[in-house]
Amino acid sequence: MQGRRGRDLALQALLAAALLAALWWLLDVTAANMAERGIRSGFDFLKEPAGFAIGESLLPFDAADSTLWALAAGLANTLRVALPAIIISTLLGTLIGLGRLSPNLLLRGLCTAYVETLRNVPLLLQLLAWYFVVTDLLPLASEALQLAPHVFLSKSGLSVPWPAGGALFDLPLRGEMGIAGGAALTPEFLALLLGLSLYTAAYVAETVRAGIQSVPRGQSDAGRALGLTRVQLFRLVLLPQALRSIIPPLTNQQLSLTKNASLAVAIGYPDLVSVANTTLNQTGRAAECIALIMAVYLILSLLTAWLSAWLERRTGRWAQRS
Amino acid sequence: MRLPNITRGLLAVIALLLLPVAPSSAGKTLDQVRQRAQLVCGVSTGVIGFSSADSQGRWSGLDVDVCRAIAAAVLNDPNKVKYVPLNAQQRFTALQSGEVDLLSRNTTWTLTRDASLGLTFTAITYYDGQGFLVPKKLKLTSAKQLKNAEICVQSGTTTEKNLSDWFKAQGIKIKPVVFEKFEASIKAFFSGRCQAYTTDASALAFIRSKEAPRPDDYAILPELISKEPLGPVVRRGDDEWFAIVKWVIFALIEAEEYGVTQANLEQMKASTDPAIQRLLGRAEDSGKLLGLERDWAARAVKAVGNYGEIFQRNVGSASPLKLPRGVNALWNKGGLMYAPPVR
Repeated sequence: MQGRRGRDLALQALLAAALLAALWWLLDVTAANMAERGIRSGFDFLKEPAGFAIGESLLPFDAADSTLWALAAGLANTLRVALPAIIISTLLGTLIGLGRLSPNLLLRGLCTAYVETLRNVPLLLQLLAWYFVVTDLLPLASEALQLAPHVFLSKSGLSVPWPAGGALFDLPLRGEMGIAGGAALTPEFLALLLGLSLYTAAYVAETVRAGIQSVPRGQSDAGRALGLTRVQLFRLVLLPQALRSIIPPLTNQQLSLTKNASLAVAIGYPDLVSVANTTLNQTGRAAECIALIMAVYLILSLLTAWLSAWLERRTGRWAQRS
Repeated sequence: MRLPNITRGLLAVIALLLLPVAPSSAGKTLDQVRQRAQLVCGVSTGVIGFSSADSQGRWSGLDVDVCRAIAAAVLNDPNKVKYVPLNAQQRFTALQSGEVDLLSRNTTWTLTRDASLGLTFTAITYYDGQGFLVPKKLKLTSAKQLKNAEICVQSGTTTEKNLSDWFKAQGIKIKPVVFEKFEASIKAFFSGRCQAYTTDASALAFIRSKEAPRPDDYAILPELISKEPLGPVVRRGDDEWFAIVKWVIFALIEAEEYGVTQANLEQMKASTDPAIQRLLGRAEDSGKLLGLERDWAARAVKAVGNYGEIFQRNVGSASPLKLPRGVNALWNKGGLMYAPPVR
C-alpha cells in the first residue's frame, strides 16, 4: 500500500513538472519569436499614460492617468454591472423557479415560457435588442424628460444628483448638449444589467426547480403528516436540503454571468474587455493584454468558487442543525 | 459566443507561438508568394471604398487594388490574391505571425506602430483625417461646441486617442461611447444616443450618404482633428519584399504623373519620353533590381490603372463616396502624392 501511494505521488509530481516545463517552453518560444521579429514585449506600457477617455467610470479616470488605472477602471465597471446582476438574477431566478413548481397552471405556464424563451436566444442578441429598444424609446438628450427636480431621463440615461464632497451635490442641468453634471445610469449600463440579469435568471430558475425537486417526496409527505403549513414545510424541510444541491450549480451560473459581462463591448459599455481592447490597439501588445484579461477573469472565478465553497460549508452546517 | 475577442486574439497569439523559431531570411516573402502562386493580403472586414466584398465575395476598393497591383507585378496576374478580412484587433498579429504577406487595410502610420510591432509601413496610399458627423438639429458649426457631448466611436483604431487628445487641448470635456462593431456604433448614433459620431473623414461621407435615414439631417463639421496617413504594412526583416511593395505604389503614382493610364498603356510603351520608357521597362531593367520581371510596373498599371484611376474608381467621383482629391492629389497639382523617381 505504502509503495503504491509513493508511486502515485511520484507520477503526479512528474506530470506537474511536465506541465510546467511545457508552459515554460511555450512562453520561451513566444518571447523568442517576438524578439526575433522586433516586436516589443513586456508590461512597461501599463505605467504609460492611457491617452484615451472612458465614457463612464466608477473610479475617477482621466486620459492622463496610467494604462493600469484605465484597466482598473474597466474592471470596476465590470464589477459594477456584474454584482447587481448577480443579486437580481438570483432573486428573480428563485421566484421563477418556485413559480415553475406552483400548482397554479397560469403561473407555471408563464414561468416555463420565460425560461424556455430566455435560455434559447443567444445572449448577445438579447443585449443588442435591449440596447436598441432602450435607446429608441427614450427621448433625445436635448428633449430629456424631467421626472423630478434634477432627475432627467433621456437617451443619455437616467441622470441623478450625486454627492460632490461635503454637503454639496453635483446637480444635473439642461445644457446645450443635453444633460450635464450629476451621475448617470447610461442606456449601455441599463441594457447590460437588464440583459444579464434576465438571461441568467432563466438558468437560476432551472437550478432552483431541480434542487427542490431533488428532495425525496417522502420528506414533504412526512412534513405534511406532521401538520406543517406549506410555508413551514418549505422553510424547514425542503429549502435546507435543496440548498445543498442548488449552491454549486448556482455558483457556476454566476461565474458565467461575470464572464458574459464581457459582451458589454458590443453595446458600448466600457468594461474590462472594452478598455483592454482599446489598450491593445493603442500599444499593439496583444499577448500581454490578453494574458491580463485572462488572469483577471481567472482570479474573479477563483474568488467566486472560494466564496461558494464557504457558503456550501455554512449551509451544510445549517441543514444539519435544522 | 462568449468572449469573442479574447478567443480571436488568443488564436492569433497561438499562431505567433507556433511559428518556427528559425529567423526569416531576406527575400523569403517573395519566394513564398511565388511558390504558392498567390499573394495573401490582409484587408478590412468591410470599409466601402477601401476594401469590401460584394454579394459574390468579390473584393474591391483602394486597398484591394494595391494588393491586385502587387500580385500583377509579382505573379503577372492581379487575380492571384487571397483576401483575409481582419478586424482592428487581429490585423497586426496576423501580419506578425505570417498569416498574411501584406496588410493593406486602411491602417494609420504612427511611430508606435512603426517602431514597436516588428512591422514597417511602406508608403502612403491615402491621406485621411478624423472628423465629426452631427445632426443638423443641434445647429453646430464647429467641433469646439461639442462641450459635454457624448460621441459615438468604434473601437480598435487611433480614433479614441485623437478624440481625447484634441478635446483635452481645447479644454473641453466629452464622453466617448465606444462600440466594438461598426454597425452597432452607427445604429446608436442614428437613433440619437450620441450628439456626434467620429471616424476618418473618408468614412463619414459614406456613412452620411448611405447609412443615415435622411442624409440631409446630418452635417460633417469642418474640423479635421488628426493626421491619418494610411498605407500598406509589411513585416520587418524582409527588405526585398518591403522594396517591392513600396515601389509598386510609387510606380502607380508616377504613372499618373506621366499620364500613363490603363487605357493608353500600349501606346505609351512606344513613347520616346525616357522617364516613361524607364517606368514601363523599355529602357533600363528596373525589375531586375527588385527581383521582378522587366515590365513589373506596366503589369501593375494594366491591372488596376494609375493612382488617379484607382482613386476615382474607388473613392472619387466615379464611386458612391464622391470624395474630392484634396490632399490626395499629385504634388504638382496641389496635393501630397509624391513618388521618388523610378530610375
